[in-house]
Amino acid sequence: MTRTSVKTLTLPAVSRFDRWLETTFRFTRQRPLGAVGAAIIGIMIAAAVLAGFVAPYDPLATDYATMLQAPSSFHWFGTDSFGRDVLTRIIYGSRTALWIGFASAFLGATLGALIGVTSAYFGGKIDLVLQRFMDLLLSFPLIILALVVVSLLGSGMTNVIFAITVPMVPRCALVLRSSALTLREMPFVEAARALGFGPTRIILRHMLPNVMAPYLIMLTAFLGQAILLEASLSFLGLGVAEPQAAWGLMLRGAAVDFAERAPWMAIYPGLAISLSVFAFNLLGDSLRDALDPKLRL
Amino acid sequence: MIPTLLGVAALVFFLLRVVPGDIVELKYAGAGVYAPKEALARERAQLGLDQPLWRQFAVWIGGFTRLDFGTSMWTGRPITYEIGIRLELSIELALMATFIAILISVPLGTLAAVKQDTWIDYFVRIFSIAGLAIPSFWLGIVIILAFVIYFRWLPPLTFTSFWVDPKANLSQLIWPALAVGYRYSAVATRMTRSTVLEVLREDYIRTARAKGLWERAVLIRHALKNALLPVITVIGLEFAFLVGGLVVTEQVFNLNGIGKLFVEAISQRDYTMVQSLVVLTSFVFIFVNFLVDLINACLDPRIRYQ
Repeated sequence: MTRTSVKTLTLPAVSRFDRWLETTFRFTRQRPLGAVGAAIIGIMIAAAVLAGFVAPYDPLATDYATMLQAPSSFHWFGTDSFGRDVLTRIIYGSRTALWIGFASAFLGATLGALIGVTSAYFGGKIDLVLQRFMDLLLSFPLIILALVVVSLLGSGMTNVIFAITVPMVPRCALVLRSSALTLREMPFVEAARALGFGPTRIILRHMLPNVMAPYLIMLTAFLGQAILLEASLSFLGLGVAEPQAAWGLMLRGAAVDFAERAPWMAIYPGLAISLSVFAFNLLGDSLRDALDPKLRL
Repeated sequence: MIPTLLGVAALVFFLLRVVPGDIVELKYAGAGVYAPKEALARERAQLGLDQPLWRQFAVWIGGFTRLDFGTSMWTGRPITYEIGIRLELSIELALMATFIAILISVPLGTLAAVKQDTWIDYFVRIFSIAGLAIPSFWLGIVIILAFVIYFRWLPPLTFTSFWVDPKANLSQLIWPALAVGYRYSAVATRMTRSTVLEVLREDYIRTARAKGLWERAVLIRHALKNALLPVITVIGLEFAFLVGGLVVTEQVFNLNGIGKLFVEAISQRDYTMVQSLVVLTSFVFIFVNFLVDLINACLDPRIRYQ
């Protein structure tokens, strides 16, 4: 707070919350699309956290009396082939999607940032070896790499998170390395080195905080991709397993078999996937425009 | 190129064998019969799984030089045959999707850039962000559903080669190509928009306008020509991904392509098939990358490779 001493003298004391509010307000006014994305994400997070209160039914309760019912005032989005409420399962599915999305995007971007910045800081042989390895991983299509990892580890929540993280790491490392390369030549890094700080301290305390903008951009870009990837893996039967609620899983099997009789089973979960990825992309785009317009993804 | 491929091959080969459980156990477990240890050992010996790892690897890599990828551990047929019968479909689908993506993205992206910050621009941007968000497999399901419910018609389920019956072939493949093409057009549209925007601010565009050139000539001959290089790169990379990466869409449309083969091979622990497919897809990827570089060098005299 004391660093902006000039401001605190001329302006009435600005609390951290007020400043945050002001930034949010400015962002909303300048980038309405991004704000819409953020709002949708906010609603999703609330639904995921409060799923127990919001959802009208039990996500696992099967009821053969209400099998394959069309949308009605009792079941807004209809029921599936086990008589489970589709809306309830979509709400609970947002837990799976968000948890896997946030966990793998965070892990992927953070590991990528560490590798990228380390690689840029040391240069030379370490850089070369790390970059060759990243190139190796980059020569797989995203989903193929995820599939290979799942086939190695088996399916299930944690493994899916890991499988989605692996293909993201090299992509983030690539972008952050190039940002960090220019940083390495900056006087403050040189000063830190002259003061005798070790590489760990320089990388963590001096370089990483300065690549926050591209890091955040990559992170939000990954969020949408991770949710899509999780849906694809679950759809293939290699992701999250029944009876857990997951959007990709809801589109699999019975949804396709009964698609003609009960199209709601195939339509609503897909809408949920699209809407959430759409929201993350909107936010990510606006964030990129605001933070670093030159970065193209 | 070759070192990267070797690296990919080694990585996949050894990773696959680190995991406990192999194809032989899976085969017997699937058949539901009790298998004595000797039978398992015999089967392993037949597949060459009893050999030391380095020798298995050497044999497999050695086969590459003769374009012999070995035989599938599951079906027993040569891998080149298994891939060969599916490659036509996958490549055709990738080409069609790429074509659709270009058809959508270049005009739309340019239009959005020229009309920046109007409702046209907003529409195009929302259209393309939506394309990124809608999973192509779900779009596929919706397309099929629409046909079945409204037209009582299903795209043909068996693949007929384009050379045998072009009409049947196209009426089957156009739908998955649309579902995938829309998604990939999104990336290219955004790229086109941002590069055209950048180029339109260049001095030579102002010069072209100042000398009284027709706006359309400015746009097509001066702006687009310079803006399309990164777009070509993006489209090339997407194409490379499409050849092996249509795993989920093929599942939805019940197409027997490379992607479906890949998923099957993974669930059957068909080592030889998985590793060959991985090497193949990364080969296509690296090769297309190389081609894209060449094309860029051809189009832009400033780019030169030693």
